[in-house]
Amino acid sequence: MKISHLVVQEIVHRRLNFLLAVFGVSVAIACLVGAATMLNAGEIQTEQAIRESKQAAEKAVRKSKQAAEKAGKQLQDEMRKITKGLGFNIVVLAEDEDLGAFHAEGTPTKTMPQEYVTRLAKSPIVVINHLLPIVTRKIEWPEAKQTIVLTGTRGEVPQAHRDLKKPLLDLVPPGKIVLGHHLHTSQNLKPGDTLTLKQRKFEVLKCHPERGSVDDVTAWLNLEEAQEMLGMQNLVNAILALECNCATVDRVAEIRGEIAKVLPGTKVLERGRKALARAEARNKAKKSADRAVAEAEASGTRLMADAEASGARLMADRQELTSVMVPVAMIGSFAWIALLALGNSRQRRSEIGILRAIGLGSRQVLVLFLGKALLVGLTGGAIGYAIGFLAGSRWGAAVDADLYQARWLVTALLLAPLLSAAASWIPALLASRQDPAVVLQEQ
Amino acid sequence: MLISLDHVTKTYRGNDQPVVAVNDVSVEVAAGEFVAVVGPSGCGKTTLLLVAGGLLGPDSGEVQIDLQDPYALSADQRARFRAERIGFVFQQFHLVPYLSVLDNVLAPALVTGERDAADRALALIDRFGLSDRRNHRPGQLSTGERQRVALARALLNDPRVILADEPTGNLDGENSEDVLQALQTFANDGGAVLLVTHDPDAVAFAGRTVTLDNGQVAMQTGQEKVASD
Ligand SMILES: Nc1ncnc2c1ncn2[C@@H]1O[C@H](COP(=O)(O)OP(=O)(O)OP(=O)(O)O)[C@@H](O)[C@H]1O
Ligand SMILES: [Mg+2]
Repeated sequence: MKISHLVVQEIVHRRLNFLLAVFGVSVAIACLVGAATMLNAGEIQTEQAIRESKQAAEKAVRKSKQAAEKAGKQLQDEMRKITKGLGFNIVVLAEDEDLGAFHAEGTPTKTMPQEYVTRLAKSPIVVINHLLPIVTRKIEWPEAKQTIVLTGTRGEVPQAHRDLKKPLLDLVPPGKIVLGHHLHTSQNLKPGDTLTLKQRKFEVLKCHPERGSVDDVTAWLNLEEAQEMLGMQNLVNAILALECNCATVDRVAEIRGEIAKVLPGTKVLERGRKALARAEARNKAKKSADRAVAEAEASGTRLMADAEASGARLMADRQELTSVMVPVAMIGSFAWIALLALGNSRQRRSEIGILRAIGLGSRQVLVLFLGKALLVGLTGGAIGYAIGFLAGSRWGAAVDADLYQARWLVTALLLAPLLSAAASWIPALLASRQDPAVVLQEQ
Repeated sequence: MLISLDHVTKTYRGNDQPVVAVNDVSVEVAAGEFVAVVGPSGCGKTTLLLVAGGLLGPDSGEVQIDLQDPYALSADQRARFRAERIGFVFQQFHLVPYLSVLDNVLAPALVTGERDAADRALALIDRFGLSDRRNHRPGQLSTGERQRVALARALLNDPRVILADEPTGNLDGENSEDVLQALQTFANDGGAVLLVTHDPDAVAFAGRTVTLDNGQVAMQTGQEKVASD
């Protein structure tokens, strides 16, 4: 027979005492494991929330970046279309130009010195580029019996402070002519053919496709030739220019102001307003798309910060709860087990007395009590772990995650016997120190 | 001599007045002797038995059991000494309530750990007519049966000495007879029995009677005169 046999037999004999002690340990361990499981669940939950909000934020940023890219592309497209289709959209006219007549005729009637172009080109003006001086007049083409617009152009004047840009309109060399669609189709002309205009011979340089505008009835000549033909030496009717993509709201006013500084008194008109307005809308759309990207990024950061903060709050709440609950349960359980062990050792006075009398050492009596305490602890630890884990999983987890942690099972199975043994220590010591003579005399 | 108490004195120092429970008592029990200790209640019989049993150290005087002074040993050695040399029987039986009859009888083997203890226990249980009761708890036994279990336990380790404190105090005539018969047999087989009792029948079994009064030996009667120098 071994001491362990006595331990087991005593437990079986005094089941209630054992069960009450096991209950005490279970409660403490359940609180501990439940708390740990809840905290673990909270951590997983927080991590998941942060991950989700990060994904959502990244998605939103991605989406708004796509939108911004698209808006940027549309803006570029639009600008390209404008530059291509519209050509020059700023017209600088002489100070005495009658705008009514200009609009009625479609061509300017007054002139200004050709030197104006040079002045404008040499100025540091930035709101316009592609400067092109022209002379233009509606005339009769006597040889073809047609009314045409004769335009003399010299090619663009390079601006002093800018790199040379690809010209929007090519220079027409002397003796050559470029024809609008209606002119070359009606006269059945093609590049290389020659024609006569006001008794001068010209070689056809280029035939434009149909543009559906006054260009279709326009013939382009070299500027000086045209000036000569029209008797306008060193004079121009207009300076064409292309507006840069200005940022200000009232663009035309800004351009007028800038040009007026260089060429006071000239009149500045804008053509193709609608197309520019559309470009501006695109511009705005692009800007708001850019803003949306920034906003999406900011709100993503906020979303993640919120998730983190609410996770931290959850953890703080749980920690606060467990930091009270666990020690209270531990201390309560300790006291409970100690009381039960004390009661048990008193109940067993006579038994211990006789066992000592027939030869058991005090160490064996200690083993008898601590062995029981360890069994109480192991059983209570296992039950407490199961209850704590189930309760913690049930109440702590808003997420579907595996909350099992081996270290808490090990902790429960180590801590519980330790707790039980520590609480039973004093009663066990008292029992082992009991003088058998005193007990035997008490009968 | 298996039991030798030489001028033993034991005083209880209680809260107020010290009580001299055993006062200069000398008793010797030889192998094969059955000695009864009688006397009025409170005369110091139980105290004398505890002193003889190595459970209560005397204030003065010499104790020898089987030629060994138990009080010269360490507490642990003394416990083992008790397990090996002394069998105790008490009026209240002092059985372990949650152990079976067999386990109760085997309890002294917790200390000595002898391998054939179970066989000896079963033989003793058989001898005391408890074979069909060996798996029962003490609570399920009659008082006579309980005392026989206590006797079997006392005999398990083949002690040299049996110290019995009113073992028949709770028993009827027939059961008393069985217990006293067993003690008699033990003495006849060469053991020493020191029996504390009020029971005249028990006294009749004893070869010699020591009468205590107020902690002192008042009278010794019996076939053999014990030499007390
Ligand atoms: N632990 C103790 N402290 C103080 N006094 C004690 C103690 N134990 C016994 N006594 C006293 O010592 C004396 C002897 O006691 P003891 O138990 O030896 O008597 P006894 O002869 O066995 O009596 P009984 O026949 O009633 O069992 C008594 O007066 C008793 O009151
Ligand atoms: Mg007594």
